[in-house]
Amino acid sequence: MTTMKIIAASALPTSAETEKVLQIANDAELAEIAASGALQGVERVELNFPKFTDGRAFSQAVLLRRRYGFTGDIRATGDVLIDQLVQMARSGFTSAVLAEGQNPEAAERQFARYRAFYQGDALEPRPHFAREAA
Amino acid sequence: MYQYTEFDQQFVKLRAQQFRDQLDRWQRGELTDEQLLPLRLQNGWYIQRYAPMARIAVPYGEISSRQLRMLAHIARDYDKPTPELLAHAQATQNELQAAQPGLTLAAEPLKYGYGHFTTRTNVQFNWIPITKAADVMDLLASVGMHGIQTSGNTIRNITCEAYEGIAEDEIVDTRPFAEIARQWSTLHPEFAFLPRKFKIAFNGSAEDRAATGWYDIGVQALKNAAGEVGFTVKVGGGMGRTPVIGSVVREFLPWDQLLNYIEAVIRVYNGYGRRDNKWKARIKILVKAEGQKFIDAVEAEYKAIVEQDGAPHTITQAELDRVRAFFVVPELKPANLPSGVKTDGALYQRWLQQNVSGHRLPGMRAVTLSFKRVGFAPGDADADTIDALAQLADQFSAGEARLTHKQNLLLPWVFESDLPALYEAARKLGLAQPNIGLLTDMIACPGGDFCSLANARSLPIAAALTERYQDLDEVFDLGPIDLHMSGCINSCGHHHSGHIGILGVDKDGKEWYQITLGGADGTHLSGPALAGKVVGPSFSASEVPDVIEAVLTTFRELRKPGEFFIDALRRIGHDPFKAAANGARHPKEAQEEALSE
Repeated sequence: MTTMKIIAASALPTSAETEKVLQIANDAELAEIAASGALQGVERVELNFPKFTDGRAFSQAVLLRRRYGFTGDIRATGDVLIDQLVQMARSGFTSAVLAEGQNPEAAERQFARYRAFYQGDALEPRPHFAREAA
Repeated sequence: MYQYTEFDQQFVKLRAQQFRDQLDRWQRGELTDEQLLPLRLQNGWYIQRYAPMARIAVPYGEISSRQLRMLAHIARDYDKPTPELLAHAQATQNELQAAQPGLTLAAEPLKYGYGHFTTRTNVQFNWIPITKAADVMDLLASVGMHGIQTSGNTIRNITCEAYEGIAEDEIVDTRPFAEIARQWSTLHPEFAFLPRKFKIAFNGSAEDRAATGWYDIGVQALKNAAGEVGFTVKVGGGMGRTPVIGSVVREFLPWDQLLNYIEAVIRVYNGYGRRDNKWKARIKILVKAEGQKFIDAVEAEYKAIVEQDGAPHTITQAELDRVRAFFVVPELKPANLPSGVKTDGALYQRWLQQNVSGHRLPGMRAVTLSFKRVGFAPGDADADTIDALAQLADQFSAGEARLTHKQNLLLPWVFESDLPALYEAARKLGLAQPNIGLLTDMIACPGGDFCSLANARSLPIAAALTERYQDLDEVFDLGPIDLHMSGCINSCGHHHSGHIGILGVDKDGKEWYQITLGGADGTHLSGPALAGKVVGPSFSASEVPDVIEAVLTTFRELRKPGEFFIDALRRIGHDPFKAAANGARHPKEAQEEALSE
């Protein structure tokens, strides 16, 4: 059901990767980063959750997808808990590294619950009412 | 009123299932308390002094008789402490009572089996055990109710003024827009972990009865010269430790842009609102600190949503029409019940004057049932009363009722010819006190009897004032007065906006009360939204009723004939009222004597 790659904390590869990765801080100005061309050729953007209750990275992911046309992987790092995975996927994240102690199987179950949501998101830009009307 | 579609119905059911799954994982130890906390808050479950509190949303205050019956069922069968818990809670409250400074006020024993109507049109229960929480959510879902986003740092339950769709001064019925915004905000993936809570209110009438100046976003409907519908959008109002009145960021926003614009406001807030200090995290602090820069950022974000993102949440005419169709005038039938009420009696006439309002439809009236009565906390209704409300709604008001900002219940579709019979029925239930808008129609939060945030109890103060002002002649003579009280600075009892405000504060573990004067919620009576000013150092509980009385005596001495309290206060200035308040302090010796007894 989910197209999100969920990575257990213990399974995170430690070897140097060849991918071009850009880490974007929660307080970075996305418009400036995009305008500077820094997203060019980037395969993965990592957005951090310093605490799971700090929701700034949700907006950053939405803007990367919707406004700046970033098509590579957007990865959630930091305090990533399974009860926020669905909203991460809906905001445009395509991979997530779970915090210590999170159960990846319980994570999969979260994606099977809702068939649809009211508002548009990164996966389905149209709100429910627009989809119904179409 | 809005009827759930199959999609809506399924959605709240799945939400209840999800919550059950989360509670199960918490009970198995897979979720820590800290991890469960925001999840239960996002479903309206707090842990209070003695038990969980469930906060159930009543979007824009509209509730059906069927939903009321479910609330009655929950009050009766689930709002119950175990005898051990109740005994422990009562003993702890008794200790608190014994520790108070000076002559204290009598405190009622803790009650259970009640629903509590809040200023933000939610219904709260105080004693449902967490082990029954999932069952209660299933029951609520079965009648299209939920606690989604009634707490947490989310977009909260959206409110409207109580007279939408029936007001004589209606400009636009904003209920359809509030419903569209409710759906849009529900489980919004981007905005579930904002810096702090976020509250939106709509007002569709000429008079602001929704306190829009006090909201994170206050939306006032209007029509431009061409007759097109739009909204004046205020942002950054809020109470709490730093009361701020919202700033107008848009004079006229076309109606179809509502969601796009709110999205812009909240996205800017999500990115830039402070997260380092809970007391500075509300949007009001950001708006105050940044001023025009904030407005510019919102406008730039809105422009990008429209021009770059394709404005995906533009409300279509078809969607507005679909939702609006739920808010047509319901099928109206008079009850035609016999009544023995003497319609020329003084009490009935006073009830007509205070509790019955005009209606945009000829021959119809809106009736407010008063939940301000001796022996009950403001806004409290027990199970039998809630059941009776459902019956009154069915008999007299097309099955519909509304929770009001002032913690009462409004019946919106009453035939003028049915008023005597409704009065009789309401009086039997103890809900016909003709005190709407008067001193005893006070707002109070549950305070330190239940709430773990409270610094002081509000209910003994409310009870003492209710008892002291039982002489209706006196209350009528005093005229309209907004008396609001909160048990702590979180301001759930909206003390900042009261003509007279009472705020519970904690000093050395004891309860004290600050009194403010001159606050306004934004109605015609009160004038533009404004925070009241403190009269002086805080008072003990036993002093508060005397202080209020001293202030009101001063008012009676200084007023012009027919002048209202708030007008006299503004004309004369606060000084004589402050002097009277401070002069009503109990002599120190009397307080010490009382303590040593």
